[in-house]
Amino acid sequence: MNVFDSVWAWFTNPENWSGYDSIPVRLVEHLGYSALAIACALLIAFPLGAILGHLHRGQALVLTIANLIRALPTLGLLTLLVILAGIGLMPPMVALVVLAIPPILVNTYEGVRFVNAGVVDAAKGVGLRGPAILFRVELPVALPIIMLGIRLAAIQVVSSATIAAYVGLGGLGRFIFDGLGRQDFAQMAGGSVIVALLAIVTEIVFILIAVLATSPGVRGRERFRFSPLSRKKVMP
Amino acid sequence: MLDTAWIWRNLPKIWDLLVQHAVLSYVPVVVGLLIALPVGIACVRWRWCYPIALAASSAFFAIPSLALFVLLLPYTGLTAATAIIPLTLYTASLLLRNIVDGIRSTDDSVRQAAAAMGYRPMRRLVSIELPIATPLILGGLRVAAVANISMVSVASVIGVASLGDLFIDGTQRFFATPIIVGIVLTAVLALITDLVLVSVQRVLTPWGQTRRSK
Repeated sequence: MNVFDSVWAWFTNPENWSGYDSIPVRLVEHLGYSALAIACALLIAFPLGAILGHLHRGQALVLTIANLIRALPTLGLLTLLVILAGIGLMPPMVALVVLAIPPILVNTYEGVRFVNAGVVDAAKGVGLRGPAILFRVELPVALPIIMLGIRLAAIQVVSSATIAAYVGLGGLGRFIFDGLGRQDFAQMAGGSVIVALLAIVTEIVFILIAVLATSPGVRGRERFRFSPLSRKKVMP
Repeated sequence: MLDTAWIWRNLPKIWDLLVQHAVLSYVPVVVGLLIALPVGIACVRWRWCYPIALAASSAFFAIPSLALFVLLLPYTGLTAATAIIPLTLYTASLLLRNIVDGIRSTDDSVRQAAAAMGYRPMRRLVSIELPIATPLILGGLRVAAVANISMVSVASVIGVASLGDLFIDGTQRFFATPIIVGIVLTAVLALITDLVLVSVQRVLTPWGQTRRSK
């Protein structure tokens, strides 16, 4: 039996679709870990990025923190936490939250910080104060960039939530690590295909949310900015 | 918590893993750049290419590295190629957007000035548009290099040697020292690589134009 046939056989085996370690159960576990991690990362990174960006402070701090965190290997952080704190939900959650913080923090900060100064001045001119400027002007204008950061974070978290299974938890990583242990390639490949599909679906869902959440005015401006007529005259 | 005797005993092994880790991280960056440059240039030249290439690369970028490692196993086995191929494609996907945005960021007046001075499209690309795009491309390279360095360790899970071996070793023996050594070395490798790329950018763009990358 070749590779494709064995993976197909794994997918179509009814045993894999019911019971405590079936595909639907693992999928729900995987989505649960991912949603919890993204929610925690949002709670930490979004207010921090928005406030610092609004105050135009701490650019070096934000970029340094984000780069330092990016340099940390997720697998290393996870295994260290397991040794220090034992097996449980906490180590993979911390590892995933740490992974999701940099893109949300940097994009929220930069989105808010680099809102056109003229727009902010106009808001001040019509009498808006600090928090109102942040909530009613800066955040809506920055929304496409912030949503891009959340999307990148979500994709990384959904991809990396597989490693929760490495330290004994559930999720779609179970298929990969159990398959690895039993030398069952069909199971490993089947699990991998589901994770890959889930990541692509996540990307599409977040693109749709971003489009729907963005104010039509901001969207229109983006479209105008990216296709100025003058560019068509001289092309390389 | 840190067993220094273990570190001294295993210094040669740790060094081997570090070298292997660096190779698995750097080769994809170089090959990825070599793939993304012509594709990016083609996407600027023929506009209809770009949406297709962008959709393909962002779909690709979403696929988890562990999944790709597993799916490549039957073809490439436990060789370096199993780790290098996915990371190369990630790097190329990441760079494509920066290359296209970078080339397009050339001001129209600059392009017209070049055309007026008799620059043909090819020469304009090489001596004007690519240098102007350099800061953005190098910004992408920095992100890709650091991302690769922290992703390579996952390859150890399926059996391709890297600093990730230290994490697995530490977990199996419930011993923190190898894990701490692995984390520190991975982070140091990432920071040194980033510093080197920043210096490269300084050398390549002496006019000091610091365009920020996202």
